[in-house]
Order: sequence, then C-alpha cells, then structure tokens
Amino acid sequence: MADVELAASPRVSSPAPAEDLNLLHEVASRTPGISRLEMCIQCGTCGGSCPSAAAMDHTPRLLFAMLRAGMREDVLKSNTYWVCVSCYHCVVRCPQSIHIADVMYTLKSMAIEAKLFQDSTAADFSHTFIGMVEEFGRSFELGLATQHYLKHFPLRLPGMAPMGMGMLSRKRMALAPTRIKNMRQLKSILKRAKELEAGQ
Amino acid sequence: MTDYLLYPGCSMEASARAYYYSLKAIAAPIGLHLTEIEDWNCCGATEYFGISTTPAYALIARNLALAAQAAHGTRRLLAPCSACYLNLSKADHNMKEDAGLEKRVNLALAAGQLAYQPGSLEIDHLLNAIVHDIGLAKVEKCVVQPLTGLRVAPYLGCMVPRPDHENRCSDHEFPVELDILLRSLGAEVIDYPLRTECCGGHMPQIGPDMGFELLRRLIATASDMEADVMVTICPMCQLNLDGYQGEMNQHFKTSYHMPVLFFTQLMGLAFGVDPKELGFGLELVSARNVLEAVGVKPPAETPPAPPRRPRKPEGLPMPKPLPRGPKVESLNEEVVR
Repeated sequence: MADVELAASPRVSSPAPAEDLNLLHEVASRTPGISRLEMCIQCGTCGGSCPSAAAMDHTPRLLFAMLRAGMREDVLKSNTYWVCVSCYHCVVRCPQSIHIADVMYTLKSMAIEAKLFQDSTAADFSHTFIGMVEEFGRSFELGLATQHYLKHFPLRLPGMAPMGMGMLSRKRMALAPTRIKNMRQLKSILKRAKELEAGQ
Repeated sequence: MTDYLLYPGCSMEASARAYYYSLKAIAAPIGLHLTEIEDWNCCGATEYFGISTTPAYALIARNLALAAQAAHGTRRLLAPCSACYLNLSKADHNMKEDAGLEKRVNLALAAGQLAYQPGSLEIDHLLNAIVHDIGLAKVEKCVVQPLTGLRVAPYLGCMVPRPDHENRCSDHEFPVELDILLRSLGAEVIDYPLRTECCGGHMPQIGPDMGFELLRRLIATASDMEADVMVTICPMCQLNLDGYQGEMNQHFKTSYHMPVLFFTQLMGLAFGVDPKELGFGLELVSARNVLEAVGVKPPAETPPAPPRRPRKPEGLPMPKPLPRGPKVESLNEEVVR
C-alpha cells in the first residue's frame, strides 16, 4: 500500500448529488459529550496546529466545512481522520472548544461502517490491534506487527530486521501473547457493548 | 507512604520494561506505595475509538470498575503510560459528561457483573503524581549522585498535557513538571521547544513517511541543541524515538545517535541505584554516554556507542559549544558532538 502522500492543495470533488444535512447531527450525536461541532467559525487554528495537516486530503477546518455542508461521501472518503495522531493540539487551541479529536474518531467509525475509506492501512491496523485485545485482553505486538507488515508493507520487513532483532534480543517484545485470567468476563462485556452500540 | 492503585499498561511487560524496573526501584525511596489492579486489561490505546464507541469505553471501564472495587482504601489510580492515562481519564470524564454513554457502558459492564460510577476515582499520570503529590523535596532528599553536566531534553509528548480535563498538568503546551523534576536531579535542562509535540503514536507503522518525519524533527532539534539524552514519560514515545531511530535514520539518510530514556531511569541513576536495575542496556540507541557523563560504569552487556559520524555542514552554522569534559579524538574521523 502506498505511503500517505503529501497533499498539494485541498481537493473537493464536485458537489454531492443530494446534500445530507443530517450528517452534522449524526456525527454530533455519535460523539460522546457535546461536540459543539456546529459552533465552528472556520478560523483554521485546527489545521494550522495539526502536525499531520500536510498529509491530509482536507484540513480539519475544511473537513468541518464539508461536513456542515452535508457532503457525506467526500467526508467519509477523506483520509483526514486516518492521519490524525490524536495529539489534541486542535482541541486545546480551538476558540470554540470543539471536541475535534473525538469527532475524528466518530468519522473513522462511520467511514468503516460505510466502507468508504480509500486507504485501508490505518483501519486494518486498528482492527488487527483490537483483534488481539479481544482475544487475549492484552495487546500483542509481535502478532500485530507481523500481520500488519505482511499485508501492508512487506517490502519494509527486511529493513526492519535490525529493529526486530534489537527488540527480541533485549526481550522487549514477547514471543507469545499474555492472556488475562477473566477473558470470559471481558468478552461478555464487549459483546453487550457492541449490541448497545448497534442499537444507537 | 502515599497509596496508589497502579494500572501498568501492556508495554510494561515487554517494550517498556526499563520503565517498569526503574519505577519499582524509585518508588519506595520517595514514599510512593503502589498496588497493581488485579487482572487489568489493555486500554485499547487510540485504536478502539475509531472502530466503535461503546465497546471502546467499555474496554477501558472494566479497568476503572476493577480499580474502584479494589479493597485498598484509596481513590487514586496511577498510570505510567500517557495513552493509558488519557484513556482512563477520558472514559471517566466522558461518562460524567454524557449520560447516554454512561448508561450504555454500565449496561455493558453489568454483563460482566461490574459497574463504575464516574468520578469515583482520581486518575493521574505518574509524572504529575510525583511532582505534585509526592513533591520534589522528597525527590531531592534521595539524590546522592547529582546528574551534573548532563544536558537533558525534557519530552512529555502530547497526551499528558492535553486535553487534561482534570487540570493536573501545569500547561497544555509548555508544562514545567518534567523540567523541574530533572532539575531537582541536578541535570542541565535545555529549553526544548518541542516538549509536547506528538511523536506520531502508531504513525511509524501506519504512514511511515509522515511518522518518521515527526520523529526526525524531535530528534534533530534535541541533537542541534546539543542534548546528551531525551527524557520521556511514555512507552510509546520511547519506543518510537528509540526503537524506530535506526529506521528513521535509514529513511532520511541521517546518522543521529540520540539516546532516549524514561524519567524514572534518570531518577534511579541520581538515587545511586545500579543501572542494571534501572533497565539500562535495554534501549536500542545506547545510553552509554549518559552513564559515562555521570561517572557510572555501564552494565557489561551494553555495546559501545558507535562513533559519531561527521554531520554534513548545511544550514546556519551552530555556535561552537563550550568545552565539556575530555574531547574524544580518533585517528581518522573528526568526531562532531
């Protein structure tokens, strides 16, 4: 899979056939707490603070403008939130106190649901990571790294050998996963949580 | 003795063992009494929120519920890892703010015979607890080997100073906690401007081009400012800066050699603890120079630090450093610090 490319300029495709003015409400209601998304004044502080902005299809500011304009498909196809590193610079600097980082997470889950994301690298990484946690109750780096790199960056694997060997020889990476004792309890909790989320 | 429940986080068992060992070594001397929660599970890092909200919060809340019911008579929960701390704190905060979320999470927890009342715990990161609750006076009392002359770059990363809903950290952008702690150990703390810039989290694995650039600017700045070592408070930051430094160098054709240590390791060093007990030698970019600067013998297995390759002269010339300690000379190469 290609690495994230630096965007030359903001790209917005031709207007969507039918604006979805419910999009804003949907995103806001799926975000915990009060997101204040409708309070955005388009000042651009978020985009200016963002360490990943250069690699984004649309800066956070532009994405929110598109979101409020109801451009559902463009928003859910954007790579913006996939490249977000959750550093919360935007959150603490936003003059309108918008829960930007939490909105980014909501957009990720909506893009996964709608299967509209263009580059699956980040989404796959999340799924693989969480797959380990749902199986063992703990993260399992070796399993995650192998599965992820074989699928997305196989050509990088030889170059990673020094780091891999360094980590293994210092026992900084476990060869086998650790499993929590009460996995059954965690599984019941997560199962119920998924049902409740689906009912949302 | 200050009582805290401890949520270690997954990395303590393997990738951040140095953090775990050094934490154990310095806890008793400063009066930090920690009890690990029974059978805690992974907090999900930043990965579950992007898949599904309620399960993400329920995953975290199981730990909060277990901590709240732990029969140790304390409400205080500590996490040494920034991401774990943020997740625990954020779950508690958002459950307080959002009644719908709280209801769903508690219904989910009920399926595991657990429950959590938001606000039942005081959740904090290890650094804040040491600086604000324990206090630097206690830390200073334990210093037997001041880290005089060691130039350190304090690097907190993003998730402890931000969003910091409970206002435990002094500032969102330029917090003082790590600076003053390192100063109390006798180190020379440089005014590192990128204290709270993100290391990229999982970006080196997801989008390496961007991920490595985030690491490069952190390491390059520390190196340009003549830091001997970068000091972190988060296993992810340490793994990225230390573990991925080699790949980052390959990517940009640079040859930085910047050791990255946990702040507890430096505390232990200043307290006179044997470096082996502090996890020295577990770092991929050798911190041998740190031990030598303090006058401590490195553990036997530490490979010698590679000779510094000469940096290409480009950009504005840096002011010449004042002479510090014996100059290292080799026959063939001009070694530039």
